[in-house]
Amino acid sequence: MTRIRLFQFAKWLRFALPIIALSALLAIAKVARADQLSEDLAGLASADASEVSAAIVKAANRGDARALPALQALDAGTLRYDTLKRLLIKSESGAMSDALTGAATTAQGKVEEPASDNEVRRALSPALASLSLSAPSVAVRLKAARDLGRPSDEIVPILRKILAKETDAEVKTALSLALAPADLASEKPADRIRALEAIVAAADATFKSDVERLTSKGSDGKYVEPEPSVRSAAVAAVSAIETRQFLINSVGNTFYGLSLGSVLILCALGLAITFGLMGVINMAHGEMMMIGAYTSFVVQNFFIAHLPAHLDWYVAVAVPAAFIVSGAVGVLMERTVIRHLYARPLETLLATWGISLLLIQTVRLIFGAQNVTVANPSWLSGGVEILPQVVLTYSRLAVIAFSVVVMLFVWALMQKTRLGLEVRAVTQNRAMAAAMGISTRRVDMWTFGIGSGVAGLGGVALSQLGNVGPELGQGYIVDSFMVVVLGGVGKLAGTIAGGLGLGLVNKYLEPLAGAVLGKIFILGFIIVFIQRRPQGIFALKGRAAEVS
Amino acid sequence: MKAEPAVGLSALHDKRGWLALGVLTLLSCVLVPVLNLAVPASSPIHVPDYLVALFGKFLCYGIVALAIDLIWGFTGILSLGHGVFFALGGYAMGMYLMLSIGAQGVYKSALPDFMVFLDWKELPWFWRGFDNLSVALIAALLVPGLLAFAFGYFAFRSRIRGVYFSLITQALTFALMLLFFRNETGFGGNNGLTDFKSLYGYDLHEPSTKVVLYLLSALGLLFTYLLCRYIVTSKAGRVLRAIRDAESRAMFVGFNPISYKLFAWTLSAVLCGLAGALYVPQVGIINPGEMLPANSIEMAIWVAVGGRGTLFGAIGGAFLVNGMRSFFTAAMPNAWLYLLGSLFIGVTLFFRDGVAGAVGRIKRKS
Repeated sequence: MTRIRLFQFAKWLRFALPIIALSALLAIAKVARADQLSEDLAGLASADASEVSAAIVKAANRGDARALPALQALDAGTLRYDTLKRLLIKSESGAMSDALTGAATTAQGKVEEPASDNEVRRALSPALASLSLSAPSVAVRLKAARDLGRPSDEIVPILRKILAKETDAEVKTALSLALAPADLASEKPADRIRALEAIVAAADATFKSDVERLTSKGSDGKYVEPEPSVRSAAVAAVSAIETRQFLINSVGNTFYGLSLGSVLILCALGLAITFGLMGVINMAHGEMMMIGAYTSFVVQNFFIAHLPAHLDWYVAVAVPAAFIVSGAVGVLMERTVIRHLYARPLETLLATWGISLLLIQTVRLIFGAQNVTVANPSWLSGGVEILPQVVLTYSRLAVIAFSVVVMLFVWALMQKTRLGLEVRAVTQNRAMAAAMGISTRRVDMWTFGIGSGVAGLGGVALSQLGNVGPELGQGYIVDSFMVVVLGGVGKLAGTIAGGLGLGLVNKYLEPLAGAVLGKIFILGFIIVFIQRRPQGIFALKGRAAEVS
Repeated sequence: MKAEPAVGLSALHDKRGWLALGVLTLLSCVLVPVLNLAVPASSPIHVPDYLVALFGKFLCYGIVALAIDLIWGFTGILSLGHGVFFALGGYAMGMYLMLSIGAQGVYKSALPDFMVFLDWKELPWFWRGFDNLSVALIAALLVPGLLAFAFGYFAFRSRIRGVYFSLITQALTFALMLLFFRNETGFGGNNGLTDFKSLYGYDLHEPSTKVVLYLLSALGLLFTYLLCRYIVTSKAGRVLRAIRDAESRAMFVGFNPISYKLFAWTLSAVLCGLAGALYVPQVGIINPGEMLPANSIEMAIWVAVGGRGTLFGAIGGAFLVNGMRSFFTAAMPNAWLYLLGSLFIGVTLFFRDGVAGAVGRIKRKS
């Protein structure tokens, strides 16, 4: 019986022993590895910079990705060590966690920061790069490869080794792109071609001058690049870069032009309507935008002070508030000044300019001459990257969408409401409309108020795009006058076409001719354009054309 | 209404008018220089140097006001861009003054300092010849004139009128201001032209030079006034007023409004150029800030405050507004913009004919 038992035990042992031994060995190895890692990193917990940099080099050579958090913390300046020489990472809140295991812990004794000097910083970036590039996660490797930038000479051999081992295609491309500058300078034509292929694939403009150098002739009349196949690859790379560049520029210009045009439309809509209606140009119209922008500043501050939990939604309150405040100022202006200047358009220019001076100075006294900042709500910050290097920011997208909504609103107001009908009647023939029983004075007042309110909405839009200052409106007023001149009066379509046209042309001309020459060109164009179509893009026909 | 139109100089003014003009001219041309140069500085009636320069400035503004009155008060065209013509005249003079610094500049180079700073090796072509005072003076009149002529020709031909025209002139000054702000344009960028040393060999910092410049400005104003007076009392002046009041009718009667308007507009620009050329040596700097749209609008308000279509009123308005500006920007800087803004509103709402009109009303009542 015992023999059998012994035998069975021995038999069991025969199978089990290797397993036990193996797992024991593995456990030992694991501990050993962790020990080696912490041994490597132990040097980090030092006030001696040379020990720190030696530790960094050791950790990098070991190639264990678990050293990353500690090194990253060192890079970010959040690495600490305590009296037990344990490496700790200090979080923003001040809590400590173990740099190797990530477990939360408390520091023992005095907490100090590892020493740092230029050598440490020099050692750190290649170490970080090579460690994160050999991390097990593809996403980490890809991000590391993309963040490499132009690697320094000492990293290049490390990167070549990593590239040879890399299996993921995307990481490979990113790595060879990072290596491209080094490869382009390489002796081997195959290296150079590989670099050019990577550049073609990425069409990255930063390599343009490097690649163009390959296609040019040196001072001795010979091509810089002796190999014809490499040369033709370089030519292909240049054209790929240029195509991409053109695409990026066009998309960017169109986007910026559209958003500028939207703001111009918001400003010019009210101008065009009141000009068509009353024949007066309101020089203080830009200040209505300024008031709208300051209203959103005030609403934002109110939310910060009283409703911080709902701060993201201050814009929803700012929009109606700005409309009402600017509209009220407009109505006040109409009732006190402009109504008495009816049929004297030139003097209205001067009087409204005076009003704009008063408004600017008042705002300056209340809010100070400095610019104030209106922060984007969190759902408007950031953007979508539709192409590499082309980010459509949410705030600009929102401005475009917002102005479309406002345009629809104004269109509906003009076409579908009683007030709109009356406005159109008075615009066409004031005396006749009055004879039909329309109170033209009342129509003037409401229209002026609505036009100013729309400008106030434009101010809210502007506050999301940039700083808000007392002279905000002045920057847009000349442009929006040009929109009115270009688009003609009293025509919504003309204003929209004029605003978008001016915005787009402005942004397309800026890179070609510079902002200033672009403006001068546009002015010249408008003068020539008016020669042919004195009443704007969409001319009023018949007697209405003679009124202004 | 007179039975028969007067001829010659007597057409410009009646006897009392000439007498008043003579007294004012004498007062400004004799009294100020004497009180500045001959009276000791300790005396309470001594006119200090800075006041002479300030009055000289005002006289130049008076020329600008006359030029605007001619085109706005008498022809009915409101320009919001006359600052451009003023600044162009100033720049022409400034270029001469810049070149006459010679090698006394900071960099001890024959080139103006800003060109050395921009690392330019030689004068740009459009600076050639400006070391000659007469070339500079001719350019000060010709360049604004030509610009105004070309601009006006196209604008009037396409019958751009009223508010449209005002807005386009504003865009003109805005665009040119941006152009002059650029270093590449070759006029010193946003610093403009400054650090002048001498004019025609005379030290600009000498009190006697300042008095001479002041006298020249006074004579310039007198000449401009007589010229404008001559024009507005002539037959052409009556056509201008007809165009102001009813352009279509003037056209149907057989006058060509375009050529009359173009004449008044170009002359107005030339006069502004003259004012700019006299202004720059007295203030010692010209920069693109002179082309700010706000400056040009303010020029119009001088005329509105003084009274449109009166010439004398325009000069008075220029003196009055600028006098107030000098006082308030020093004494109550925050109040100045309020005052200026209220001036814009008040003059257009309540005093359409300005100070001159108010004086006239009081005269008629008494």
